[in-house]
Amino acid sequence: MNMTARKIEMDTVLPVSPAAPVVALTPKQAPRAEKYLKMAKETAARVVPPLVVLALLVLVWELVCRRAGSTLPPPSRVFKDTRELILDPFFDNGGIDKGLFWHLSASLQRVAFGYSLAAVGGVALGVLVGQSVWAMRGLDPLFQVLRTIPPLAWLPLSLAAFRDGQPSAIFVIFITSIWPIIINTAVGIRNIPQDYRNVAAVLQLNPLEFFAKIMIPAAAPYIFTGLRIGIGLSWLAIVAAEMLIGGVGIGFFIWDAWNSSHISEIILALFYVGIVGFVLDRLIAAAGKFVTRGTAQN
Amino acid sequence: MAYLKLDHIDKTFTRGNATTEVLKDINLSIEKGEYVSIIGHSGCGKSTLLNIIAGLTRATMGGVILENREVNSPGPDRAVVFQNHSLLPWLTVYENVRLGVDKVFSSTKSRAERDAWTMHNLNLVQMAHARDKRPSEISGGMKQRVGIARALAMEPKVLLLDEPFGALDALTRAHLQDSVMALHQKLNNTILMITHDVDEAVLLSDRIVMMTNGPSARIGEVLEVPLARPRKRLDLASNAAYLQCRQRVLEFLYERHRFVEAA
Repeated sequence: MNMTARKIEMDTVLPVSPAAPVVALTPKQAPRAEKYLKMAKETAARVVPPLVVLALLVLVWELVCRRAGSTLPPPSRVFKDTRELILDPFFDNGGIDKGLFWHLSASLQRVAFGYSLAAVGGVALGVLVGQSVWAMRGLDPLFQVLRTIPPLAWLPLSLAAFRDGQPSAIFVIFITSIWPIIINTAVGIRNIPQDYRNVAAVLQLNPLEFFAKIMIPAAAPYIFTGLRIGIGLSWLAIVAAEMLIGGVGIGFFIWDAWNSSHISEIILALFYVGIVGFVLDRLIAAAGKFVTRGTAQN
Repeated sequence: MAYLKLDHIDKTFTRGNATTEVLKDINLSIEKGEYVSIIGHSGCGKSTLLNIIAGLTRATMGGVILENREVNSPGPDRAVVFQNHSLLPWLTVYENVRLGVDKVFSSTKSRAERDAWTMHNLNLVQMAHARDKRPSEISGGMKQRVGIARALAMEPKVLLLDEPFGALDALTRAHLQDSVMALHQKLNNTILMITHDVDEAVLLSDRIVMMTNGPSARIGEVLEVPLARPRKRLDLASNAAYLQCRQRVLEFLYERHRFVEAA
């Protein structure tokens, strides 16, 4: 909008001062303006459709839920109820009466901890299973069974083992996100072309050098696929686990809001959960893109 | 005593109850500085033989002796230029060559010397200009040049070329053959090349080893190529000795040991 305004201004200025230098300058500036205009158009083409869809959905939601006696609040109501939570996410009144920032950050910390453990353990186990036929024969059936267990089914067991909510939640994150990391890493290791192994053999790389210089870069695209699935699963699991263990965390915030019938707060929390999950996914994807920039286009 | 000696090599592959004999009683002696080509139809076990020499595959019987010592595991003294270049795609051209240099000269050369040696070898194959490119950014011929530089940089006792020009178009191939000839002239390395191209074999080699068809491929005939070096591609086109050698190899491959489709 700014640009069109400037352009109009330029056009209107031009006839007023018809000196030669001004005429000479215009062809230089016109392409730049055009370039910005093109960029703006391209951005608009990407941003406008989802915004339109969103606006339509909000409108439908508003119309459906505005009637008297509707069980869920319309968006206008949600916004009115949660204004304070949105505007001040940093308040801390002690206990679990905290701003949404603190709840999200507590959840993220648990995820960061559990997921880091899963990433390290998953890559290590994946390398083992991918590299050794006997390890695969021994461990793969076990993995295939264990990975189908729903995250929350682990919670009672881990509560019994750790006797505390915090490590139990971290364990649930760990056990949920480790399987795709193991399995994808193993596939990546198994798919390392024989050529690279031959190169390593001729160079007489020792196992450690082979791991760092051939294995990890060659399997990186697969590993990052696993890591990306893993982060998605751990974010799914943390909300459910926190509902049960209580304390500070976005999962318990939702449960608490339900118990106090603050439906608007639940909706706001869901919105934040979605955004954070999306950002986490994109972060891992970006890291993967950066690390595998050479390998992917073999 | 020969520099590189293949001593009664047999190779059989066993899968379940089925045993296939691929190579039978391969004996060959190669002198230092010699350029030897192994030619034969596809499936005759040429590449298996090269892998045995490289140490990537173990011979069932017999062995490889290099400078009076038996070798049966891979090592940089027998550097391989692979058919499909096998450069590591996540490393730059320089890093691909440097990886081998760092490994082989870790204790004998300083950091600066290794850098200089890497660049020296890239210069030998005229690839210094692309040092910071990744393999995906250079052409097939260029990749193969880098593959050759990587092998040369290890200062191998024997340079093993596994159909090094097989995947290249005819013009690039001719250009690269000339480069390899010039390098051989300059460095006087011992080279063993696998090929299925008759002209290439005659042009580059001092001796051509012709293999019979598998299974149980043997060395059928060994042909000396009595052409003086340096050789010029264009002059040879009408050279009687060249044409005669070419004729001999063609007769071997297409009359006496015609390729029969495996039944």
